[in-house]
Amino acid sequence: MSEASATVHTTHEQTFVSKYIISFDHKMIGKQFLMYGLIMLLLGGALALMVRWQLAYPEKPLPLIGASENYLENSEVTTFMDGLWDNWLSQDSDDQNWLTKRMPVGIITPAFYNALFTMHATIMVFFVVMPILVGAFGNFLIPLMIGTKDMAFPALNMLSFWVAVIAALIMMAGFFVPGGHAATGWTGYPPLSSDPTWTGVDWGQNLWCISLIVLGVSSLMGSINYITTILNMRAPGMTLMRMPLVIWSLFIVAILLLLALPVLTSALAMLVLDRLAGTTFFNIEGGGDPLLWQHLFWFFGHPEVYILILPAMGIASEIIPVFARKPIFGYKAMVYAMASLAFLGWIVWGHHMFQSGMNPTLGATFMISTMVIAVPSAIKTFNWLGTLWGGNIKFSIPMLNSIAFVSMFVIGGLSGIFMASNAVDIFIHDTYFIVAHIHYVVFGGSIFGIFAAVYYWFPKMFGRMMNNKFAHIHFWISIVAFNCTFFPMHILGVGGHMRRIYNPMQYEFLQNFEGMNIFITLSAFVLGFGQLIFLYNAFYSAFKGKKAEDNPWKANTLEWSAPTPPPHGNFLTPPTVYHGPYEYSVPDMEEDFLPQIEKR
Amino acid sequence: MFKEFKFFPEQASTLAGEVDLLFYFLIAVSVFFSSLIFFLIYVFAVRYRRRSEDEKPQQIPGMLKLELAWSIIPLILTMIVFVWGATIYFDSYTPPKDAMEVYVVGKQWMWHIQHPTGQREINELHIPVNQPVKLTMATEDVIHSFYVPAFRVKKDVVPGRYTTMWFEATKTGEFHLFCAEYCGTKHSAMIGKVVVQEPAAYQDWLSGGTQNEPLEVIGEKKFQQFACQTCHADKPNSRGPSLVGIFGESIKLQNGQSVVVDEEYIRESVLEPNSKVAAGYKPVMPTFKGQVSEVSLLQITAYIKSLAKGGSN
Repeated sequence: MSEASATVHTTHEQTFVSKYIISFDHKMIGKQFLMYGLIMLLLGGALALMVRWQLAYPEKPLPLIGASENYLENSEVTTFMDGLWDNWLSQDSDDQNWLTKRMPVGIITPAFYNALFTMHATIMVFFVVMPILVGAFGNFLIPLMIGTKDMAFPALNMLSFWVAVIAALIMMAGFFVPGGHAATGWTGYPPLSSDPTWTGVDWGQNLWCISLIVLGVSSLMGSINYITTILNMRAPGMTLMRMPLVIWSLFIVAILLLLALPVLTSALAMLVLDRLAGTTFFNIEGGGDPLLWQHLFWFFGHPEVYILILPAMGIASEIIPVFARKPIFGYKAMVYAMASLAFLGWIVWGHHMFQSGMNPTLGATFMISTMVIAVPSAIKTFNWLGTLWGGNIKFSIPMLNSIAFVSMFVIGGLSGIFMASNAVDIFIHDTYFIVAHIHYVVFGGSIFGIFAAVYYWFPKMFGRMMNNKFAHIHFWISIVAFNCTFFPMHILGVGGHMRRIYNPMQYEFLQNFEGMNIFITLSAFVLGFGQLIFLYNAFYSAFKGKKAEDNPWKANTLEWSAPTPPPHGNFLTPPTVYHGPYEYSVPDMEEDFLPQIEKR
Repeated sequence: MFKEFKFFPEQASTLAGEVDLLFYFLIAVSVFFSSLIFFLIYVFAVRYRRRSEDEKPQQIPGMLKLELAWSIIPLILTMIVFVWGATIYFDSYTPPKDAMEVYVVGKQWMWHIQHPTGQREINELHIPVNQPVKLTMATEDVIHSFYVPAFRVKKDVVPGRYTTMWFEATKTGEFHLFCAEYCGTKHSAMIGKVVVQEPAAYQDWLSGGTQNEPLEVIGEKKFQQFACQTCHADKPNSRGPSLVGIFGESIKLQNGQSVVVDEEYIRESVLEPNSKVAAGYKPVMPTFKGQVSEVSLLQITAYIKSLAKGGSN
């Protein structure tokens, strides 16, 4: 590439380090977060597949690992398993390596299994979905879509990424410390998490806390930056009610992060102090209360769910009008619906604790506030449908993924009502019904939102188009395998299949579900390996894809008015905004779109 | 692939039918709305797919009536679900007065169960059919959750407090009992069963056990073992208040408030004796934290309860 002309706007020379590593440019930081999230996605996915293997083929050697010659003959497996249940704690002889300790004979031990599901959730929530949706797209899109040169605090932005890297390294270190990684579930309920005696995990849990505290600092830096940038640096004419919905969603998410994360950070700090300094915040011996953690964790945890889903909602609201060639249906209603979701997110945390023995009046209060969430969710869903209604719909790959997002969110949202309804929740709490619900929201919702966003903004990020054929194969594999994996989990849950159990075959009444568990696992493997097509497509296309035009989708928002890829400083001339972002198919105009920088 | 597959576990409690009915209603609502939405997506996808590049659709920025409809209908539906669900919830929360009492202590990785008559069981709970049973539950270590799928009940046991739950079995037979709250390495092996028997068979079982001393008698021994009676003797000028006849009554506290003497108050008074001192007494009682186990506490509580029925010290 002879991109000497692209440096017209930069006055200073950029070295490799200042361009790709310690970059102050929001676009590069966005790409760094994307890369970070995708690498962690591979790890988190691998952990999930190991969990699934154990659930379908309990106490059978893992493929590949189990076949390695370091392990015993298969005939010895049974004898070995008999001893395992009784001697799980005493397996710390020195002649074992990392692998044989955690998966002797290729079999996942109960202790390692518990670390696997804990780390799968931790990684997916904190190191995949948040960095990609908020870190990558927040950074890349906010300055471009509000028409400014960069973030308000570019250095803080750079720092936010590298602090997140430190957090990831601390989290990874946990896999290698004696005692294994944190094994208390991603919810980390004390006293299980506050005292090493109960799990046998010592530094794994400490590093888990410390890593999340560090990550909280990184998110805080990001959110302050987003709020400041959006409030102060919008281009002339870009009023709040002319902002694209994805910017609205990121703005609301930044506020949620700013208010929710410190709660988690302080709870984690208390937990670390309980573990290391002998305090008793969560320990009844010293007058503490384990329920305090649950209140703090879920006071953070429920807004966190909206942090994971709101940007995906924004992304779908961005993509659907472009490919329906119609304005978004009810722009203001969409903004207010997101704001009310964010508000309601603060007053519903108790629905995670219905069986902790709370006063039923309080339980009923949390029940009604949770029920009300159905209203803004319904408004959003029907507004997306209203946008499709009477449109001129092009089923491009970002559009397919956005529609998949809407559909999966509908299922995830409706299954949420089961949990809001106290009497039913008491039955399905801690079963696979909950696992199905969270995956419909976070995978079906957030991850399909991520796919849509990557396909849609890839041309602007890397200046090249992604391969359409691979993208279609990936989409259809994902949507089919996703539903085959997670829909049957509803049925498992209703049948009484609990989550976080090592071996369902130990339970007589779950043995009927063996076939279903195997089916889920096979689907999960198809789903997991299907994602390799996506990763290959992304990396291949970034270097070898077809060159993209400046505005390949004929969209209105400001980023498409910038050159592709946008140079340092983004716009050749500072843009001025004349109208809202969804002016598609304006009557009496030749083109069916009207960029925000063009006068009507 | 699925041998004798059933959607719900067996219904074996008075609550199960009510919960399942609400569940079916929610499934109906969910299936209706998801079918509606998927049908609309499908119709729009076929009807409005792009046929030519220059065809321009009509702009529809919004439509107030439609938007009100899809806000208000879900609101009404969720409020119906709320009222319906809350009714079941309140009913399932308050045990009937005639409920038989059983004490449960969870620990890694077993359930320890004590009957008022003194029988003790591990990972098994024998109860009579058609009789409300109230469980008072505690834990020795971490949080566990008492879960009987066939009864549609589940309640956490949380360190530092008693939780209670109740159910009335409607069928005899054996039902699975699990810990539903992840509780450490061998969580999945914390398996038990509830054995529901005809009242006669239950009486046989009660008289058949080896441990036949009633719980309150064991409790009285523990009461003496910890030397509680030195201060809490039922005579004037004792250092501590008499415990005869106080269970279930409201008593005055030093700070002018009053409190109803229940399991939780007794537990608190043993472990945190100075937090709620009865009026007229000095806060001189030492804590028994770390000395008395949850199991013994429940026994002592049973003894104090028996004093309310007219027993004497």
